[in-house]
Amino acid sequence: MTAHAEAAHAHHGPPPANRSSRIEPTVLGMLLFIASEAMLFGSFFAALFFARVVNPSASGTWPPEPFHFPVFVAGVNTCILVTSSFTMHWAVQSIRRNDRAGMKAGLVLTILLGLAFLLTQAIEYAHVGFNTGDGAFASTFFGLTGLHGAHVFVGLSLLTFAAVRAFRGHYSAAHHHGVEIPGIYWHFVDVMWIVVYTTVYLL
Amino acid sequence: MENPFRSEAAAFRFLLSTIGAFALIVVGSWINTWLGLAVAIVLSAAAAWLYIRQRGERPPPQHVVRAPGRRRVLVVANETVEGEELLAELRRRAQDAEVFVVCPALNTKLRHWASDEDPARLAAQARLDRSLARLEAAGLDARGEIGDADPLQAVEDALRVLGGADEVVLSTHPEGRSHWLERGVVESVRERFDLPVTHVVVDLESQPAP
Repeated sequence: MTAHAEAAHAHHGPPPANRSSRIEPTVLGMLLFIASEAMLFGSFFAALFFARVVNPSASGTWPPEPFHFPVFVAGVNTCILVTSSFTMHWAVQSIRRNDRAGMKAGLVLTILLGLAFLLTQAIEYAHVGFNTGDGAFASTFFGLTGLHGAHVFVGLSLLTFAAVRAFRGHYSAAHHHGVEIPGIYWHFVDVMWIVVYTTVYLL
Repeated sequence: MENPFRSEAAAFRFLLSTIGAFALIVVGSWINTWLGLAVAIVLSAAAAWLYIRQRGERPPPQHVVRAPGRRRVLVVANETVEGEELLAELRRRAQDAEVFVVCPALNTKLRHWASDEDPARLAAQARLDRSLARLEAAGLDARGEIGDADPLQAVEDALRVLGGADEVVLSTHPEGRSHWLERGVVESVRERFDLPVTHVVVDLESQPAP
């Protein structure tokens, strides 16, 4: 019997785990998160598809007459959100170079742009000219854009925590997970908006 | 194509790619609806192809630097670790060598994804203990440990722990009953590691009852 084998029997339970044998908890958590998000957005996109394409009583135009989507305003909002991804990228790249001022400026700008996006969306809802009770198209419109807006709100909360910590002197070139992870989430939210804007407003 | 969730920079590049791809789809669909659909399908297929191609790329063979000392034989075996054929092969090859046995903690996919590997590790430890006892009884200088469920990873881990080896002995079930053979594990070990690899087939159904 080897020393290794004897050591394994010296304690109760299974032998110590080989790190590479198991799924990394962080990887598993991220995969479960992505899967849940994909299913959540997927169900809303499926509803949009049914309301727009499969529904036999759907009109040939989208949205049905006499309603119109504010494509231009949403386009400006898209530019705001995409710009916020650039400022977020700037914030992370800055802290990687130990440029704390750049990180703080990037985070503040990203938060301001995110707030501008949400505010513009709220104004758009107020002036869009239809409400959730005006048909399946309206329900799917508010459902998809509202679901995305909720994600922007979560992203803004994460970025606010990161900004507060940044102004309190946290993070360095070696340790900046607290900025990096919200950054990944923020880009994910932007990617989802590109899909939502394209499918709901443009196509 | 990289994992967009690996880092913020990767996620940012993924966002830029998404903007480019959807711009092409929108322009295509404005020209003709079916053209937009075709562009979407082509771009999706291209992304899938890039991803699969990247995953399929095999790394170059690793040159294994062996620390000076006694000849060392690395044995990687699943349930066949207690097989007569493996014992006979090791008697032939490793009388004057140090034998290091790695028993991969074989697990079901579901348990692996749930990180429920305790039963697999207990079973592998039991196999390893019985195997080491038999090798010692046969007069061989053997020690061992439990390895990763992936035999390639198990070999790589063991080579790092040992500081190299002179040869690898890989034991599998016969053709038709071996998942490792079906997955081409023997060929993969030969390709990845710059070491002589001996493949031993153990037919547990023909073994005498213990």
